Amino acid sequence: MGKREVQEINASSMADIAFLLLIFFLVTTTMSTDKGLARRLPPPLPPNMEKQDVEVKERNIFTVLINSSNQLLVEGEPLDVRELREKTKEFLKNEANLDNLPELVPVNVNVNGKNVTFMTTKNHVISLQNDRGTEYQKYIEVQNELVAAYNEVRDEFSRENFGMPYGELSTEQQEAVQTVYQQKISEAEPKNYGGRK
Amino acid sequence: MAKIRKDGKKKAPAISTASLPDIVFMLLFFFMASTSIREVTYKVNIRPPEATELQKLEKKSLVRYVYIGTPNKEFHSQYGKETRIQLDDAFAEVDQIENFIVNERSAMREDEQNLLTVSIKADRETKMGIITDVKQALRRAYALKINYAATQRQSY
Repeated sequence: MGKREVQEINASSMADIAFLLLIFFLVTTTMSTDKGLARRLPPPLPPNMEKQDVEVKERNIFTVLINSSNQLLVEGEPLDVRELREKTKEFLKNEANLDNLPELVPVNVNVNGKNVTFMTTKNHVISLQNDRGTEYQKYIEVQNELVAAYNEVRDEFSRENFGMPYGELSTEQQEAVQTVYQQKISEAEPKNYGGRK
Repeated sequence: MAKIRKDGKKKAPAISTASLPDIVFMLLFFFMASTSIREVTYKVNIRPPEATELQKLEKKSLVRYVYIGTPNKEFHSQYGKETRIQLDDAFAEVDQIENFIVNERSAMREDEQNLLTVSIKADRETKMGIITDVKQALRRAYALKINYAATQRQSY
């Protein structure tokens, strides 16, 4: 007879359900985006090949040693990690063309269709050696400082020559900067001077 | 023309909660989009080292993880307190890494196989000896792209 009213669904528990789901996702997922220091390992040596010693001039090598008590020996002198970045940059740039820093060699790069020559320390090598007893944190710190030195040198170079920071260059320009300052970090087999493993 | 006030107390109107589910759903979707499901349960303690020059790991599907650290408390009786390696969900030895990488690689699509990146997640107090062994094993397996997992350092 009378009009039947449509019954309304009670929505007050909807919030509870949604909260439950929310908490479930908060617990089972992680927010962390994975970050890290990207490196490349050298390919393995063929087992029957004899070890080849590549001759590098003494002035072109920058040796960094870390001992089992996490102390640094850079170019024969003890050094704090915080000073490593400056020292590495000095080595990489060799602005004053000193005799004990790596020689400056002309490098041809192609920038915007033009061939430009820069004088850089192309033949340099950074040699890193650690002990089996070195702590991982120290190793990462040293690697980090070396990579930071490269990044800063590249950044300064691109500011000088292209007028903007390295991050804003085009891919082609970035490649040019990379050929000028190539990352050459060579890791020697670790020694076990520190006694026990 | 004065209004006549009624004496009785006025009831405050109830706050409508009808939009509460919408708000919560919004939060829910935000978290679903911005997070990822945990890949494995850690059996080793890992406090990653700190660094500043970090790069993001692109494409999760191309990354395989090697965990290195001291076993959790509940595994002490079984595995001791020495630093151990964890691959996927199980403890492993150094010589198992080569096999692990080869298997993982053959399970990947062919055009992606040489893009495989191995992320080394190690505790900051790990000795370099074991990490060097792992690196040598990775070299032998031709997994040359590696990544040392680290967290952002705020300051010295």
